[in-house]
Amino acid sequence: MAKFFAVTIFVIALASAYPIVANSWFTQAPQDISTHGYLIDNQMHETMIEAGLAFLLSQILLAWFVWSFSNRPKGAKIGYFPGGAKTMVLAGFLLVGTEVLALGVFGTKAWAAVYFQPPAADALPIQVQAGQFAFYFRYPGPDGKFGPLHPELVNEGNQNYFGLDTTNDPASKDDIVAAEMAIPVNKEIHLLMHSKDLGHSFFVPELRVHQDFVPGLDLSLHFTATKIGKYEIVCTQLCGLGHYNMKAYLEVMSQGDYDNWLKQEAALQ
Amino acid sequence: MHDVSHATHHGPPTTFIRKHIFSTDHKVIGKQYYVLALVAAFFGMFLSWFMRIHLGWTNAAIPGLQLLSKNGAPGGVITPEFYLQMMTMHGTIMVFFVLTTAPFAAFGNFFLPIQVGAEDMPFPRFNMMSFWVTFVAFLALVAAFVVGDGPPLSGWTAYAPLSAVGEAAGPGQGTGQVLWAVSIGLFCIGQLLGALNFISTTLDMRTKGMSLMRLPLSAWAWFITSCIGLTAFAVLLPACILLILDHLAGTSFFIASGLVINDKLLPHSGGSTLLWQHLFWFFGHPEVYIAIVPAMGVVSHILITNMRRPMLSHRVLIYCMMSIGFLSYLVYGHHMFVSGMNPFSGLVFSFPTLVITIPATIIVLIWLGSLYGSRLRINSASLFALGFISMFISGGVSGFFLAQPSLDILLHATYFVVGHFHMVMGVAAMFGIFAGTYFWFPKMTGRMMNETLGKIHFWMSFVGAYAIFMPFHYLGLAANIRRYQAFTDDYLQKLIPVHQFITVAALFTGFAQMIFLFNLIYSRFWGEKAPANPWEATSLEWSTDSPPSWNNFNGKHIVVYHDPYQYGVEGSAGDYVMQTSPEAVTTPDEK
Repeated sequence: MAKFFAVTIFVIALASAYPIVANSWFTQAPQDISTHGYLIDNQMHETMIEAGLAFLLSQILLAWFVWSFSNRPKGAKIGYFPGGAKTMVLAGFLLVGTEVLALGVFGTKAWAAVYFQPPAADALPIQVQAGQFAFYFRYPGPDGKFGPLHPELVNEGNQNYFGLDTTNDPASKDDIVAAEMAIPVNKEIHLLMHSKDLGHSFFVPELRVHQDFVPGLDLSLHFTATKIGKYEIVCTQLCGLGHYNMKAYLEVMSQGDYDNWLKQEAALQ
Repeated sequence: MHDVSHATHHGPPTTFIRKHIFSTDHKVIGKQYYVLALVAAFFGMFLSWFMRIHLGWTNAAIPGLQLLSKNGAPGGVITPEFYLQMMTMHGTIMVFFVLTTAPFAAFGNFFLPIQVGAEDMPFPRFNMMSFWVTFVAFLALVAAFVVGDGPPLSGWTAYAPLSAVGEAAGPGQGTGQVLWAVSIGLFCIGQLLGALNFISTTLDMRTKGMSLMRLPLSAWAWFITSCIGLTAFAVLLPACILLILDHLAGTSFFIASGLVINDKLLPHSGGSTLLWQHLFWFFGHPEVYIAIVPAMGVVSHILITNMRRPMLSHRVLIYCMMSIGFLSYLVYGHHMFVSGMNPFSGLVFSFPTLVITIPATIIVLIWLGSLYGSRLRINSASLFALGFISMFISGGVSGFFLAQPSLDILLHATYFVVGHFHMVMGVAAMFGIFAGTYFWFPKMTGRMMNETLGKIHFWMSFVGAYAIFMPFHYLGLAANIRRYQAFTDDYLQKLIPVHQFITVAALFTGFAQMIFLFNLIYSRFWGEKAPANPWEATSLEWSTDSPPSWNNFNGKHIVVYHDPYQYGVEGSAGDYVMQTSPEAVTTPDEK
């Protein structure tokens, strides 16, 4: 029974590691299309190697010791691991401590790339509003200014998703509101986020950005997409019965296509 | 420490009600907690079955499910809101009423006083109250299935303002959510009363010779856990009260101004969404250790008995468990890396999260190093204890990923998180509970459990749990979002076959738990009679009858002469010397 246990753990450990080592389709993150994503992916890769080795080594040690030291006769001498508890404490501090510091220090770089650098002065501002169960996007129009929001004016029936007063607020008059997000490729985007009702989240796996919407707080993100294509923006913060279906599309376009898209949307307002 | 063997707090119970229902006997209360956890665990497991079937085959009709909720499952097909309601109940039931009650309140109540050599806890009536308040909390929670429009759908974390704004936010967010908050508030009171008793039992009720370092590791684990519980539940309780006030008194503790739902501007203003998250996770992360530290202690206790040797170091294990308890308060912010709190806080919370892996690793290394050269006995209890170590390692290494804010950008709110916490907190703690059950059942009931059924239960659970939860990690790496009742996103649809595989594994593993339940009930009534010390163990619970008398040691003076784990003793008649035996041993007490 003990040997069977040891073999089972050994097989489970190898079988668990196999899909990762083989880079199977169900373990792959969507392709990175951002300028900073490689930092996250590299960090993920390094952590996978370190955690994977720790996982395999510990499971194999467990299997080995159970195989070797079970069901021994009553008189069998108790053996002591060389160095006893001191070895274990030292190994814990040195091996894991070093790993912890390495991961902590290098991981900071990727985090800082997303959060600690301010957006470039010429980054394109886009406002995104999350609400049960849709995202809406607002572009400032030719004047480059967003008009103020009036929550009491929000009315989905007449498509005033943001609560804009286009009659009295001149800055709102040329604002462009859309249900999908179009951005030019290789241009930094400064995303201004707010929630209309509850907690939501903005996650585009390909862009390697993830940020919650917090009701009552204005938050922002900035990123640059490097590949033209259509991607999904998904909500990851439980927001009610339609949460699973709360999504929008992100279209990364050439500058020319983006300019055309903006003109078409402006005409629809 | 004082001699308490004469300190009888109450006489023997004389009526059926005082003996079996409103009992102040810590052993009866421990068993009551165990039965409550058992009922809760099967309820929670059935909910997970329904959810898994739905995730694999979204339109599948589950016969009879409409009985649980006519509107939630018309014709047996689960609606999106009912999926979330079941998910909320599954999480709440499992975390609070199973993972907290079984390893801590059930085993701790039954065995802590015996392991310290006391006749009962110092406050038996508080102890009785602790169970009954918890029982009422459970009733309040499941009542949500039949009251109003069902249970809340906001998850076991009940994030505000979804949990605070009432019915406007969705089905179950009115009455259901209030019942949830009342239930959890009551649960906190029950656990606070329990923690007070556990702490004072450990500090004040130890018998003659039972120094702190002579306490078994299980007793240490319960003591450390009760210290964590005392502070953690003391924070969750007011949080629940504030949440109830937001619902019933029109306050705005967790609701910001300017929120619009269904085109209606809410009248609230001035509240903070993040306040709930801080309060909740200040409790929530220590809660992980409230579930796992007792299991660590129980597993260590069982392993030592079956390895026939003490651990490489008793003290180091205790210090590591203490460090984990202390650090558990400093790490909670890793649940909130992308929550909108200051990104610098992410780094601050990341560091202790990584550091907490050091004591956790040392504990694992001590377990492994103690297995080396041991005389390991294989039985259902030791198999589950070894399975616990394997699961704890697997669930622990995935913590390396989630401790880093940069990786959380990809992994936050994905199945990677679900896989991580199910393995390290759910399955590992469950394995601790199973190990404890197979080990202590003879003492608790006076009968042995069936070993063959126990081993079948182990093999199915061990392989099954890996088959369920390892793929969760893969799905998370592929950015599969959690808490979705169906996968409509283009990039998620290709992952549905993996979900179907997991569903089959979950049904298989769940079936193994039926075998456990059968074994439990069968052995309780028809199992072989248990001797006082079937495992040749050393600690005090094995020095008394199986099951122990109402006053634990038949009124005898208990004097402790040794460390708790005198195994592998050379020159002794057996290979062990009990704590109560005055026999001299060649292995000196660890200094």
